[in-house]
Amino acid sequence: MLATAFSAISALLLIALFIINEGLPFIFRYGLNDFLFSSDWQPQAGKFGIFPMVAASLWVTLGAMVVGVPLGVAGAVFLSEFVPKPVMRVIKPTIELLAAIPSVVYGFIGVMVLAPLIRTYLGGPGLSLLAGSIILGIMILPTVISISIDSIQAVPQSYREGSLALGATTWQTIHMVTVRAAKSGIIASIILGMGRAIGETMAVIMVAGNAVRIPHSVLDPVRSLTANIALEMSYATGLHRQALFATGVVLFLVIVILNSVAIMAIRRRVAKK
Amino acid sequence: MRIHPRYTQRLAIAVLGGATLLTLVVLVFIIVFVLEKGLPVVSLDFLFSNSQDMGRAGGIFPTLIGTILLPLLAIMVAAPLGISTAVYLTEYSLETRATKVIRFGTDCLAGIPSIIFGLFGFIFFVTTLSMGWSILSGGLTLAFMILPTIIRTSEEAIKAVPKSYRQVSFSLGATRWQTVKKVILPNALPGIVTGIMLGIGRSIGETAAVIFTAGSSLRLPSSIFDSTRTMAVHFYILAREGISSENAYGTAATLIIAVLLVNMTAYWLMHRFIAKRT
Amino acid sequence: MDGKFDIQDLTAYFHGNLVLNRVSLKVPALKILGIIGPAGSGKTTFLRTLNRMNELEQGFKAEGRVLLDGDDIYHPRYDVVGLRRRVGMVFALPVALPLSIYENIVYGPRLAGVKERNRLDELVEQSLNASFMWDEVKDRLNTSGLRLSGGQQQRLCLARVLAMEPDVILLDEPCSGLDPISTAKIEEALTALKKKYTIILVTNNTKQAARISDETAFFLMGELIEVGPTDRVFTAPKQQKTDDYVTGRFG
Repeated sequence: MLATAFSAISALLLIALFIINEGLPFIFRYGLNDFLFSSDWQPQAGKFGIFPMVAASLWVTLGAMVVGVPLGVAGAVFLSEFVPKPVMRVIKPTIELLAAIPSVVYGFIGVMVLAPLIRTYLGGPGLSLLAGSIILGIMILPTVISISIDSIQAVPQSYREGSLALGATTWQTIHMVTVRAAKSGIIASIILGMGRAIGETMAVIMVAGNAVRIPHSVLDPVRSLTANIALEMSYATGLHRQALFATGVVLFLVIVILNSVAIMAIRRRVAKK
Repeated sequence: MRIHPRYTQRLAIAVLGGATLLTLVVLVFIIVFVLEKGLPVVSLDFLFSNSQDMGRAGGIFPTLIGTILLPLLAIMVAAPLGISTAVYLTEYSLETRATKVIRFGTDCLAGIPSIIFGLFGFIFFVTTLSMGWSILSGGLTLAFMILPTIIRTSEEAIKAVPKSYRQVSFSLGATRWQTVKKVILPNALPGIVTGIMLGIGRSIGETAAVIFTAGSSLRLPSSIFDSTRTMAVHFYILAREGISSENAYGTAATLIIAVLLVNMTAYWLMHRFIAKRT
Repeated sequence: MDGKFDIQDLTAYFHGNLVLNRVSLKVPALKILGIIGPAGSGKTTFLRTLNRMNELEQGFKAEGRVLLDGDDIYHPRYDVVGLRRRVGMVFALPVALPLSIYENIVYGPRLAGVKERNRLDELVEQSLNASFMWDEVKDRLNTSGLRLSGGQQQRLCLARVLAMEPDVILLDEPCSGLDPISTAKIEEALTALKKKYTIILVTNNTKQAARISDETAFFLMGELIEVGPTDRVFTAPKQQKTDDYVTGRFG
């Protein structure tokens, strides 16, 4: 019993171990600065600068947050405060169900519907940073909404009653009291959504264009770190492969840090209750 | 000029409501779009005949097999491990540093993106352990991925069993293990099964982790050492390579229905579980 | 006379807080001992030390000796599981397990290794008879225990304990949630049962203690204030505090 209980932590350590083992030596040999900050990605010539991909991942994630966070938080507030409970009991599981849709489907929709729209009305190839941001933003909506709803519903009813009894309207109560009280949970949901956006692979490959260049406009095609790994892994050998693992190490670290922050925020809030 | 709070409220409701509506419309649109274009393609023939011409023609039967076998293997590994971990966390330990570490590990594992699992599975199962691109490699990798889900839902289910049941059992002279086996697990079972179904749902939709571990062979697998292609991978390849738009939609529709069915069963189970308790 | 239980200088702590202070008491065999006292006086904690149920909570510590038939039950090598089979407990809220009436009663015996169907059937009939329930439920032994009324569930819990054929029965405010008729039925059962079992009954209802217990112990703030034959404790108590409590001046 005791042995199996540590399976999760052993799995985590195993994963960390192998990924780091494959990727870290490369980083030391090639040099962290050159790896992260050079824009020269030419595996054939032994050049492994991932800065364009870093930039792409950052911008795409930022874009996803711009799309997903306002919609998500707005939706969460509306659903938990203004929608009657019976309706909520149908809508919330539906949203969570939508979180289960495979990422490749989202990507596909992006390719078939969104990219052509962008190409027609805004120009550029359509498969772009903008497309990636929008699709990713939509993908993180269920996460942000679900967790934010939980946080908002966890705010004690007495807070709301106290505010209303002092003559505030529902909306005033919401933005001055309720949301403020649920802040840490909402922020945690945003951070988790961010982690999901950074880690997303398939959808981004399909809609973001996959060009290795630093984006100058939202209509430029870009390649994220995850896309880079997935696209080149199948034929990469030797140093090239190690470089991809090194990219994995960078991703792994960033996400573990992000998620730890979010998890600590959530668990602390639950413990404080 | 000061706007009356009532007007601000109405404005807020309009904006928020609009945002919510937009969200729901977009999410529903995705499903409807795929189903509308894909369902016409789906037929018994489509589902049960073999693939021809790299997917340009024929059906998706091999991928159906792959989509069933991989999650199955994953569950067979992850369920016992996950449930024992959950039992250990709730029944056999006090809140010590060890349990905090286990929980932290579980939460971290849950947040790791699938591409990293793909890399890990590739370097560990496929290469180091020489399992090659196979159902075995893919299933084991998926097991790692769904382990946190199973641990979390099992833990919730076990915690939901009333404390009084444990007290009664102990007061009648049961050992801790007997109490777990005869009172706690049977009562937590619906919740645990929900977790398993959610894990299956996630495995079905997985692509990045599967491609690098189970490969993408379209041949009908004859052993767990054979490579296989799941519906999600098939769909991805069809879509990216532009092989057959029609079959892509069909595969996508089947995929979505499978995922929705599994998850809806999980939620329905959860609902009945909660209803029975209260 | 050495009691069934001989408690010597029992002191107990929860998370460092003193909950029982040097309680010494002999529990007479084959009699009903009633334990009375206001809420928070340590009655339940005391009861639960007798079958070592307190240990299931975090932060519990006990000092002193608790002898059952001469053996210290807190000895590190004492068989706790066996203890809980000899010393059965009925809780304040009726907790029928989500099983059939039959399954509820044979749960304990099965764990103890009784497998024969005949023997189990016998135990079920005996124990339901002893808790005055047999006639009411003999035709529906396979229905869920949860379907019984509160009073019936509590008698089911009593039968469940009896099926273990214990030496001692502990009851922790068993009638607190029940109507007067169910209460009367349980009191009737206990009075009949004391011929075969030693019974310890914690109650916040002094009249109940006066009605059915042979001896009464009065607890206040973790201390045993007084113990003795019920008649005497109620009519001519030795301690002023006892007198105050039983006459209703406080609590």
